[in-house]
Amino acid sequence: MKHLLGTDGLDADQASAVLDTAEALKRTLLGREVRKLPTLRGRTVITLFYEASTRTRVSFEIAGKWMSADVVNVSASGSSVGKGESLRDTALTLAAAGADCVILRHPSSGAAHRLAGWLTEAGTSVVNAGDGMHEHPTQALLDAATLRERLGDLAGRRIAIVGDVLHSRVARSNVNLLTTLGAEVVLVAPPTLLPAGVRRWPVTVSHTLDAELPGADAVMMLRVQAERMHGGFFPSAREYSIAYGLSEARLATLPDHAVVLHPGPMLRGMEIASAVADSPRAAITQQVANGVHVRMAVLYHLLAHEEEMA
Amino acid sequence: MRTPLVLRGARPYGEGEPVDVLVRDGLIAAIGPTVGAEGAEVLDATGQVLLPGFVDLHTHLREPGREDTETIATGSAAAALGGYTAVFAMANTDPVADNAVIVEHVWRRGREVGLVDVHPVGAVTVGLAGERLAELGTMAGSRARVRVFSDDGHCVHDPLLMRRALEYSTALDVVVAQHAEEPRLTAGAQAHEGEIAARLGLAGWPAVAEESIVARDCLLARQTGARLHVCHVSTAGTAEILRWAKEQGIAVSAEVTPHHLLLDDERLTTFDPVNKVNPPLRTGEDTTALRAALAAGVLDCVATDHAPHATQDKDCEWSSARPGMLGLQTALSIVVRTMVEPGLLDWRGVARVMSERPAEIAGLPDQGRPLAVGEPATLTLVDPDATWTVRGAEFASIATNTPYEGMELPARVVTTLLRGRITAREGEVRA
Amino acid sequence: MAPRNRGAAEPAGQRELLSAGDVARTVARMAHQVIERTALDVPDSAPVVLLGIQTRGAPLATRLAARIAEFSGVAVPTGVLDVTLYRDDLRRKPTRPLGATQLPPDGVDDRLVILVDDVLYSGRTIRAALDALRDAGRPRAVQLAVLVDRGHRELPIRADYVGKNVPTSRTEEVHVRLAETDGHDAVVLRRTGDGT
Repeated sequence: MKHLLGTDGLDADQASAVLDTAEALKRTLLGREVRKLPTLRGRTVITLFYEASTRTRVSFEIAGKWMSADVVNVSASGSSVGKGESLRDTALTLAAAGADCVILRHPSSGAAHRLAGWLTEAGTSVVNAGDGMHEHPTQALLDAATLRERLGDLAGRRIAIVGDVLHSRVARSNVNLLTTLGAEVVLVAPPTLLPAGVRRWPVTVSHTLDAELPGADAVMMLRVQAERMHGGFFPSAREYSIAYGLSEARLATLPDHAVVLHPGPMLRGMEIASAVADSPRAAITQQVANGVHVRMAVLYHLLAHEEEMA
Repeated sequence: MRTPLVLRGARPYGEGEPVDVLVRDGLIAAIGPTVGAEGAEVLDATGQVLLPGFVDLHTHLREPGREDTETIATGSAAAALGGYTAVFAMANTDPVADNAVIVEHVWRRGREVGLVDVHPVGAVTVGLAGERLAELGTMAGSRARVRVFSDDGHCVHDPLLMRRALEYSTALDVVVAQHAEEPRLTAGAQAHEGEIAARLGLAGWPAVAEESIVARDCLLARQTGARLHVCHVSTAGTAEILRWAKEQGIAVSAEVTPHHLLLDDERLTTFDPVNKVNPPLRTGEDTTALRAALAAGVLDCVATDHAPHATQDKDCEWSSARPGMLGLQTALSIVVRTMVEPGLLDWRGVARVMSERPAEIAGLPDQGRPLAVGEPATLTLVDPDATWTVRGAEFASIATNTPYEGMELPARVVTTLLRGRITAREGEVRA
Repeated sequence: MAPRNRGAAEPAGQRELLSAGDVARTVARMAHQVIERTALDVPDSAPVVLLGIQTRGAPLATRLAARIAEFSGVAVPTGVLDVTLYRDDLRRKPTRPLGATQLPPDGVDDRLVILVDDVLYSGRTIRAALDALRDAGRPRAVQLAVLVDRGHRELPIRADYVGKNVPTSRTEEVHVRLAETDGHDAVVLRRTGDGT
């Protein structure tokens, strides 16, 4: 792998290889006092974030540091990015400064693809840490890693993704990855929060959460962003919560083995009840922990091999 | 008095036996199997198709304001090389062409350059802001004699304002050209709303945003008895509405761009903003429907929407990129690829959609004329058998944002004549 | 498994160095040497742990432990060490899948750890194993047991227990095959061609 731009285009072998590596890394580090591997010593990894983010940036930073890479964080405020420098110029500057890998979070869909194009000559790898409404591949990989731990092989498993699919890069990356791994995906949302053309995705679509829960092996709740609540996509937060929120009563209708995921940050009481988020069925903190191992695995697959001939 | 010119061995409209055409004093002086004149310059046009010079109802020349991307001089050169003899320069310059001073400036610069007739399009509303009518009458009465008004780039979306513009235009014998886009339905839009945009996470520009405005404007045109022109039709649904409107006898005309005939939204998967344009590239079904509508005359003409943009405004992330594509030097080839090669149009049809209908719509008396003795020698000679590879850097435009880079295209403009004077020949302009 | 006719079954350019029987005898001899050198059957001696290096060191460690138990009656804990993440040549090869590292339940702290591998060559794998071991705990001492030592060391590393010393040239490869990973036991020397 040269770049990780999305889960669209990852085949089942590549995706499984990354997940296997993440699992091996997790086992390797389990119970250790010193969680530091020398694998990426001397490699420089730069996180370049144009959107506020705590969990993703920190997760990548820890992943890089546990692999002994030199990790440099650049954020839009307090850098030349804030002075109007173009993404292209910033990227070329970072590559010239010796970046082996740039991890990009950007509000424009496709920004990571563009970056990869500009950095082809420099040989710098690009990881998409979330681009607009397009993809967030490491989030999908950590979700899959968590589901594999809880459910085993994902082939034939039924996973409901609930909420604002329209604006969600997490949903897009998960649809691609989970279907590639053989899972059945059902998208549950009001029609206003589903993209046009969703009927041609390899998923089923439902507007009734209660009908989908008894048959689900996992439920992935998506965050409802504040700006959507006032954007006229649904009448009120209350009505949304009643129709699409994961309440304790709804949790009880899930099969016993079923898992609840949330990419965070959560709006407790809105899309997920507090008691549900804190229940043992929820794998939310496990997702965060797996995030570090998955991102270590991604860096390993991008940086710890011979240069590919372009 | 200029030396007479003989075009030797060309086929008018690509029909019949090759003929010689004598050009004298800016007019077609004779057409026949062998025509000669004392001391005439002879131009070998064997195998070439003779057409009336092309007329582009929709060009962005960027002057004044963005002379780093195109000027009236470079845009005129691109037009002449593309076979054009008249272009309509859109009003969205900086400052906006919403008054007589600016339109006269554009008109005068076009005359000074002298490669094509540059007709400024006047803005419908002041500053393209969509709030109050610009001085249409003053612009129409200026030396620039503005006959087409458009807020292109913006839709005159307020129904009352559009009604007033149409009503007012009827006294001036001008046409209002609408950029049909209901802005409430395209807030933040980045790509055609459909499966591709859904996959790529690009906010959708739904077909209905165009179609609802076209339907409304057709009804307003019927109500007011005004002439309406629809810019860059991009959807199959718009073509259906136009078919209905024309059946009703509504005075509506419409243009389609070469890129909406050829390209579809599958191209967006690379996120290269060279493919970003407004209205956006639609689906393959739309391109098929648009070709059929152009062949049937539901769409009247081809207009380029030639839109030069600086590299930094295109070689960037998708959402930051400006919409638009170069078109003047590729239009003929794209029309041949999409319409002539599949048998949807013959060369007489090309003359209709590239020259005659646009000249009629804009009310140009001396463009788009028949190939006949006594008519202006405003002509384009096309090599129908040529193939060539697109290189944006080789175009006359300052900007290079062509979506056809590297593509091999059929047919090439060899010679362009404006009132008997050669303006472009074998890829070189002659000022 | 049917007895193998030495040499005859190997393709051209290959030579069998150890047969299945030779491998078994060699492991048994190494077991005796470990018992003797570590005195692990003597009360109060330092507890011994065998750590096999992935991939073929792992089954070798298991076999060695079985022989040691047979000869001394002492059950020596075994484990597996994957050293991939510690290698210094990752950027010279395609992506390597990671193997499992499994330490014995009581760990390696204050134990005499014997690293077990199939072939000792440049010594870089052992260097990586020593780094990996440092992150796994703090052994009292570390020793090395290899089935074949083929020479050409690039680091100051030597084995404490050697099944067979095989003089080789750099153009040759030594392949250890074990029933657990390859279906049968053998050690084979193969020429890689004209010195390339």
